[in-house]
Amino acid sequence: MSTEAAAVSTSYREALTQAMREELERDPDVFLIGEDIGLFEGSFKVTRGLLGEFGPDRVIDTPISEAGFVGLGIGAAMAGLRPVVELMTVNFAIVAMDQIVNNAAKIRYMFGGQVSVPLVIRMPGGAGHQLGAQHSHSLEAWFTHVPGLKVACPSTPYDAKALLKTAIRDDDPVIFLESEGLYAKKGPVGGPDDLVPFGQAAIRRTGQHCTVIAVSRMVWIALDAADTLAAEGIECEVVDPRTTRPLDMDAIADSVRRTNHCVVVDEGWPECGLASNIATRVYEECFDWLDAPVQRVNAADVPIPYARNLEQSALPHAHDVAAAVRATLARGA
Amino acid sequence: MAEEAPVVKDTTVTPPGADAELMQRMFATMHLIRTFEERAAEEYMRGNIGGFLHLAIGEEAAVVGSVLALRPTDPITSTYREHGQALARGSEPRAVMAELFGRETGLCHGHGGSMHLMDRERFFFGGYGIVGGSIPLAVGLGFAISYRQEDGVALVMFGDGATNQGVLGESMNMAKLWSLPVIFFCLNNQYGMGTAVDRASADTQLTKRADAFGIPAHRIDGMDVLAVQQAVSDAAHHARTQHDPVMIEAIAYRYRGHSMSDPDRTRPEDEKARWRARDPLVTFERILLGEGLVTAEELAAVRDANQAAVDDAVAFANDSPPVPETALADDVYTDPWSDDSRGSARMPRRSE
Ligand SMILES: Cc1ncc(C[n+]2csc(CCOP(=O)(O)OP(=O)(O)O)c2C)c(N)n1
Ligand SMILES: [Mg+2]
Repeated sequence: MSTEAAAVSTSYREALTQAMREELERDPDVFLIGEDIGLFEGSFKVTRGLLGEFGPDRVIDTPISEAGFVGLGIGAAMAGLRPVVELMTVNFAIVAMDQIVNNAAKIRYMFGGQVSVPLVIRMPGGAGHQLGAQHSHSLEAWFTHVPGLKVACPSTPYDAKALLKTAIRDDDPVIFLESEGLYAKKGPVGGPDDLVPFGQAAIRRTGQHCTVIAVSRMVWIALDAADTLAAEGIECEVVDPRTTRPLDMDAIADSVRRTNHCVVVDEGWPECGLASNIATRVYEECFDWLDAPVQRVNAADVPIPYARNLEQSALPHAHDVAAAVRATLARGA
Repeated sequence: MAEEAPVVKDTTVTPPGADAELMQRMFATMHLIRTFEERAAEEYMRGNIGGFLHLAIGEEAAVVGSVLALRPTDPITSTYREHGQALARGSEPRAVMAELFGRETGLCHGHGGSMHLMDRERFFFGGYGIVGGSIPLAVGLGFAISYRQEDGVALVMFGDGATNQGVLGESMNMAKLWSLPVIFFCLNNQYGMGTAVDRASADTQLTKRADAFGIPAHRIDGMDVLAVQQAVSDAAHHARTQHDPVMIEAIAYRYRGHSMSDPDRTRPEDEKARWRARDPLVTFERILLGEGLVTAEELAAVRDANQAAVDDAVAFANDSPPVPETALADDVYTDPWSDDSRGSARMPRRSE
């Protein structure tokens, strides 16, 4: 394929732009709305060029009113439009949490299925750029907690594009969590009709000794750890759930039953976190296969600090994942 | 399109609120902030400062005029663009720079950074990163003043963009309802990131937000430090004596992009040039010299002193030790407990 070379060098950022461009072209009910997404082309330039291509009726700059325009998106979706709302970062979703949790997630159920809310709310999250405690959240767990929402966390350019397209075509509210640290990451992407269904994990690396379940940017540190461990003769199987709600428990359980060891990695806090939840489900479904307790790897249980050295020590790294794998294998030996 | 500059008054009379000593102090403080922030930009480019760095260069008159119109014990909250508030309140340039460098000796021991300075001793109650988020905090600080029957006044500095957060209306309503001494100081630099006020606000006369609550509101020239100082003095007097909130909208302009990572390509060049021509430091210097309130030699001495203070602050920050990693879990709680039972791979311990 002649497009292959170009496809290989597509960034996660451009993959998202492509998905939106293609869906805007495909469906006149799709529109984009968010702070500084038009003239300014997005804080992270994910909407670059789209205002020029689709005009201000479909690429809409908002005031700094997150509760307001997320709520507007929900209302427009109730009327059958397909809003793609950009929140500048996940940290500002907190301002709109009432709309997301009390309205977007509840409306279909509470009103007996009379209306659905085909809404996507996209936002980057994650830490590592010294943005301090208020700008460094990883809230996968918060959203995954809520029935009525779907939650996608792409880790590759291919998934960024394909999952976003699935999200836009989905009839329910989707929280689409991008990773700020991955925007520049390059890789192949699919074409206009290549979708990835929700609830289907990807095995990023196969191995027989330990299953490492990781989401979003953590997939990449898990793969780094797997490389290090391979040199020690330890083969990890890295499972990327891709969506945390729905969660592909079948793929996870299948892997754990083969490796008998499990480590779960997420960038959020350890208490009541995503890793805790996945670990619990592994215990429930794989207890008899486990040779050792599941290990979690998370950010430290503190607000994320500014100072570079402190921030780095608060965040999960490949060496933490490797240590957790070694620890679980040592227990199981 | 950005606001036209309000007509510049030919300020040939010293306003009653500002005596010569105060005027000299205002100039020195504005110049200190300018010098500090220009250097901070350089240090950011050198990689000594990380994260986001938002500069208030161009906005010094609004910052200094408001802070210096208050008593040193009147509480203030601000945004992420708050180096100026800290310095105007008298925070040590060393401690501010060290915080930007993420060092142990910084105002917040490296936990905060540029966006989150606080100097509790000087009643500067902090810079906050979520737009609009600090507005109700000032209402709470005003509530505490009122509760204790003190005669202070709380001031919150927020941007034009923040006026579109619902929390502003909620805050104004409570402040008026409960007669709280709060100054809602809107530093209208005419843009929230790349969005001009008229693209974000249905009515660009932002003082009208206060009208709905019966809060008196005044729109002033935020490039004129004397006008700002006068307006905030009057507002503080009103708030203190009448137990009543006030809103001030100071029209100003930031010379740089939103933060160091904004190349600032969307604001028109001629607009930038027009506002640069009204530089608050240059204007004020002309007034001070014209009025015979300072001599050129005295101004040169102020400049030298500020330059030396900023050089010293950078040297201090550079020489300061990094934050010890044992400080990671410090100050999460006043009275922490240890919980080593969770079995996770990454449980930080509090340093002893
Ligand atoms: C709730 C929230 N939404 C978005 C942002 C991102 N953001 C940071 S500053 C800013 C613009 C704020 O403009 P304004 O209030 O005018 O203050 P200025 O930066 O001009 O001083 C935006 C959108 C944020 N920090 N918080
Ligand atoms: Mg502004």
